[in-house]
Amino acid sequence: MNLTLKIWRQKNATTKGKLQTYPISDVSPDMSFLEMLDVLNEELIEKGEEPVVFDHDCREGICGTCSLQINGEPHGPDRAITTCQLHMRMFKDGDTITIEPFRAAAFPVIKDLMVNRDSFERIQQAGGYVSVNTSGNTQDANSIPVQKNNADDAFDAATCIGCGACVAACKNASAMLFTAAKVSQFALLPQGKVEATRRVLAMVEQMDKEGFGNCTNTGACEIECPKGISLDNIARMNREYLSASMK
Amino acid sequence: MGGIFNSSIARKVAMALSGLFLVIFLLLHFIINFTSVFSADVFNEYSHFMGTNVLIQFLLQPILILGVILHFVLGFVLEYRNRSARPINYVRFNGSANSSWMSRNMIYSGLVILAFLGLHFYDFWIPEVVHKYIESHPDDPFRYYHETVAKFESPVRTGLYVLSFVLLSLHLYHGFSSSFQSMGWANKYAKGLRGFTVAYAILIPLGFIFIALYHYFNNV
Repeated sequence: MNLTLKIWRQKNATTKGKLQTYPISDVSPDMSFLEMLDVLNEELIEKGEEPVVFDHDCREGICGTCSLQINGEPHGPDRAITTCQLHMRMFKDGDTITIEPFRAAAFPVIKDLMVNRDSFERIQQAGGYVSVNTSGNTQDANSIPVQKNNADDAFDAATCIGCGACVAACKNASAMLFTAAKVSQFALLPQGKVEATRRVLAMVEQMDKEGFGNCTNTGACEIECPKGISLDNIARMNREYLSASMK
Repeated sequence: MGGIFNSSIARKVAMALSGLFLVIFLLLHFIINFTSVFSADVFNEYSHFMGTNVLIQFLLQPILILGVILHFVLGFVLEYRNRSARPINYVRFNGSANSSWMSRNMIYSGLVILAFLGLHFYDFWIPEVVHKYIESHPDDPFRYYHETVAKFESPVRTGLYVLSFVLLSLHLYHGFSSSFQSMGWANKYAKGLRGFTVAYAILIPLGFIFIALYHYFNNV
């Protein structure tokens, strides 16, 4: 396959960036999207040009490090996958592919396609944990009965890898789906209920402080989420937040 | 202000509650308007009651106006905040791949409805207030029907009404069910509720369009 790539190049956080065009030839349809970028970078290095900076780590869809807005969609046109799981067979010979960083005030660009997602870490730190004494005499979690459907919903919420596709897809750059998944995974379990009130208030406050937009229920986040996190989590967080605010 | 008054979720809920309030008002407005299709007398009777009842005029009407103002002011605040949350836009953004046109353009359908409200106030509310409270005409319980019908002689006005109701339908298509999501409604009835809200969003504006066209063609 021969493709034309339009890639966002930006020196650092303070300079202005722009799309730059790179032709790439002999791309195998079996390559992953990141492998295709690796090939491009090797070519750039051979020519003495600066390679394109992009985030990646596990390359098997579980770490949440890779990002990229590909042809206007986070993680590209396929569903329930991360960019590292996107294959070039999703594109046609001769296609032009636009590659941009995830865009949000709360995700400032570090360089090229790499953005700083520390705002997610700070939301998590605000309350995304349970305070359990780990001195050695902690009760076995399996000895606490949990309703099967709650356990399943908590597990589904906990599959969020915090990649930020929800923010990138949302026309409002809202982080509601991420925050809701993190709130839900604890709120549904007995261990998490102890700190539920404080947790939801603190995490939502941090989310607002980071400058994410407001959710308008477009549902784009749910569609683009590589882990299929459901909008029901947002409804749950709204309920949790409202009842916590009244306490 | 801090706490709940400054939180994004509280703003969502305020948006949802004011929207639901307006949805209920719309149904009432539709029912009264619809009587004009089959009986001038019934329409006059209802209109006279709504226009002269002290509770409606001086309690419910101000609440309604405040509800409308709250809804669109919050809408502008939301839009402003959401635009600032992404200061540099995507060169390519494929919104239609993952969300409906209605959900992405609430501000535009809302602005058309707001402009329509301006026309609607100019057509009915302002003349009504002038008639009753400024010029202090004596009560005439039979004037409402022909005053209303006369407005639909103009094809331009009738067209503007029809267009506004189409936009209202698109606004409701997303907004009505979205308000339940904002308030945390996600249970086994959510799907049925979504069906109901979609039916409402189509049928009520369609009913208003029918009434406008009915009077227009009756006038011709």
